[in-house]
Amino acid sequence: MNTAVVAFAQTEHTGEDSGLTEVELLAPVITAIKERTGLSRFGFTCSGSLDYLAGAPFSFVSALDAVGAWPPISESHVEMDAAWALYEAWVRLQHGDIDTALVYGFGKTSQPGRGGGVRHNTGLRALMTLQLDPYYLAPLGVDQVSLAALQARAVLEGGHKEDDLRAVAARSREAGRGNPYALDLPEPGDEDYEVVPLRPYDCPPVTDGAAAIVLATGDRARELCETPAWIRGIDHRIEAHSPGARDLSRSESAALAGEKAGARGVEIAELHAQFSHEELILRDALGLSDDVRINPSGGALAANPMMATGLIRIGEAASYVHRGQARRTLGHASSGPCLQQNLVCVLEA
Amino acid sequence: MPPSDTEVGALVADHALEFPGGYTRSVGPVIGRFLTELRDGRLVGVRTASGGVLFPPLEYDDDGEAVTGEFVEVGPDATVQTYAWVPRPLPGHPFDRPFAWALIKPDGADTALLHALDLGEFEPGAKQPKTLRTGLRVRPKWRATRTGGITDIECFRPEVTMIGAPSRVEYRLSAGKALTRFLTGIAEGRFLGHRCGVCGKVYVPMKGLCPVDGVPTTEEVEVPDTGTVTTYAVNNIPDPRAPAVPFVSAYILLDGSDIAMLALVAGIPADQVRMGLRVKAAWKPREEWGRTMENITWFEPTGEPDVPFEDIQDYV
Repeated sequence: MNTAVVAFAQTEHTGEDSGLTEVELLAPVITAIKERTGLSRFGFTCSGSLDYLAGAPFSFVSALDAVGAWPPISESHVEMDAAWALYEAWVRLQHGDIDTALVYGFGKTSQPGRGGGVRHNTGLRALMTLQLDPYYLAPLGVDQVSLAALQARAVLEGGHKEDDLRAVAARSREAGRGNPYALDLPEPGDEDYEVVPLRPYDCPPVTDGAAAIVLATGDRARELCETPAWIRGIDHRIEAHSPGARDLSRSESAALAGEKAGARGVEIAELHAQFSHEELILRDALGLSDDVRINPSGGALAANPMMATGLIRIGEAASYVHRGQARRTLGHASSGPCLQQNLVCVLEA
Repeated sequence: MPPSDTEVGALVADHALEFPGGYTRSVGPVIGRFLTELRDGRLVGVRTASGGVLFPPLEYDDDGEAVTGEFVEVGPDATVQTYAWVPRPLPGHPFDRPFAWALIKPDGADTALLHALDLGEFEPGAKQPKTLRTGLRVRPKWRATRTGGITDIECFRPEVTMIGAPSRVEYRLSAGKALTRFLTGIAEGRFLGHRCGVCGKVYVPMKGLCPVDGVPTTEEVEVPDTGTVTTYAVNNIPDPRAPAVPFVSAYILLDGSDIAMLALVAGIPADQVRMGLRVKAAWKPREEWGRTMENITWFEPTGEPDVPFEDIQDYV
């Protein structure tokens, strides 16, 4: 079943709490994408979010208020980045009995932490410890940035320099400044390490935001969009959770997902690299040559509304096709510590 | 805390999400065996179907194959695979001072454990120490009271590769006849020396003999406390006698003497000291004088023109 991204909408992400709840962030995005497609009902609805970001169980259920779920709709949710909600919706569409799906994700990383985590990301760093295995990792209190730094060290030992990381951060922030939806972050300065070898600019900024995508199949996609971004391949792979059981300097799961999704011959790649060294690993794993443009949106280093960040990569990749800026693009999403799980989606005009 | 207004006017409040006492979790036979051995002070891995040793043990290897029931003791010696230096620990971290996270592979295992690595006492924000590197050999530091959890290992520590070797012997030394006479002069604010009866050279301090001619010397001469820097060194290691770091130690040829003596030079930035600089002794207050060179804190520039190199080249 030929399936395409026919519409994409996102918030103008903020680097601080703007005083809106998650539902209030999401509602305008849903409204916008309904207007853009002229659709008010969808064959399937699927979302990705993380209740721990709000500190409230079943907070994803309240988000349905933004969608309008009466009369009852066919709906699902993943406690993952919404890129995996898009995968579920894509699978659902392959049945052929429906022809549209709404996918959305949202997150406020400004909320975790005593007194809010806005100034420093310490609240989020500590919160992400809760995603780790409860026997060997979580009791140590190892945080998100520390885990990433272990992987960054492995990348540096593989022959990269810290300047390579800085170059990724500088390019991402510059691109972000040109993207009205991303944050306006300065040129990387002379900042002390957060956890060696990562400096604050190598880490994702605190970000609040939401995004939505509409998928449609066959003729319905052509009705809804002048240039649908057809999903030519989509695949996700996972590897061992324990960072000590794999070679952190490379990503086998990204390589395999890329191979299965057909990540060849793309002009632009939107990579969900939350830390600058992750981009270096992903370029290698996906075999992206130097002439592939990486993250013209700025990527996660310029705006990281968690649980929507991966979905936004697919949305941005689709937008280049919609606007005729590229014929074949790639959107990538990742999940888990040290790029444990990777999803690759290849889109084409 | 009661809700309060922010600048944007929205209400905010502090909120905590907690399961008091923590969840009770079953560990199963594989992780359970590991934790039991850990409590008893041993590290064990589990043999995988392909013959490797998975550490810490899990029920399945990364090929998805169930592990065997064979547990293998590994370590305690282990090697650092990769690491991350934490200059400013977070509240949930195992140390409140800088430390490292590391993936640590015990000898005999094929996979690594994530744990904390203690490299000693550091100030907050400390730079990553040079001793931290891939390949560092480490061992676990066990907690005295263990309960069967991964934190039964307090941390890992580097193997002992060096020790401090205290070295001290005590003496009672006599200054000897010549030096006693010289220091007696210093106690009076005078520099005394001997002139050699053969070559005519003046030695300050005197030795009581001429090292050139090998003859005793007895003719006492007094020289002034002014002189010329013949050569010098800029020191960057702190010294209790020096005013600050960097400081300069110099050879000073006292006027009328034929041998330079070693002293500190101060009262001038270290990078402006030069060969040929004219200097004068800076004496402590007279009431503090004794039969010791400590009467002179250092030499300071006199402001006179420099002495040309040709005039001091024989003394360098």
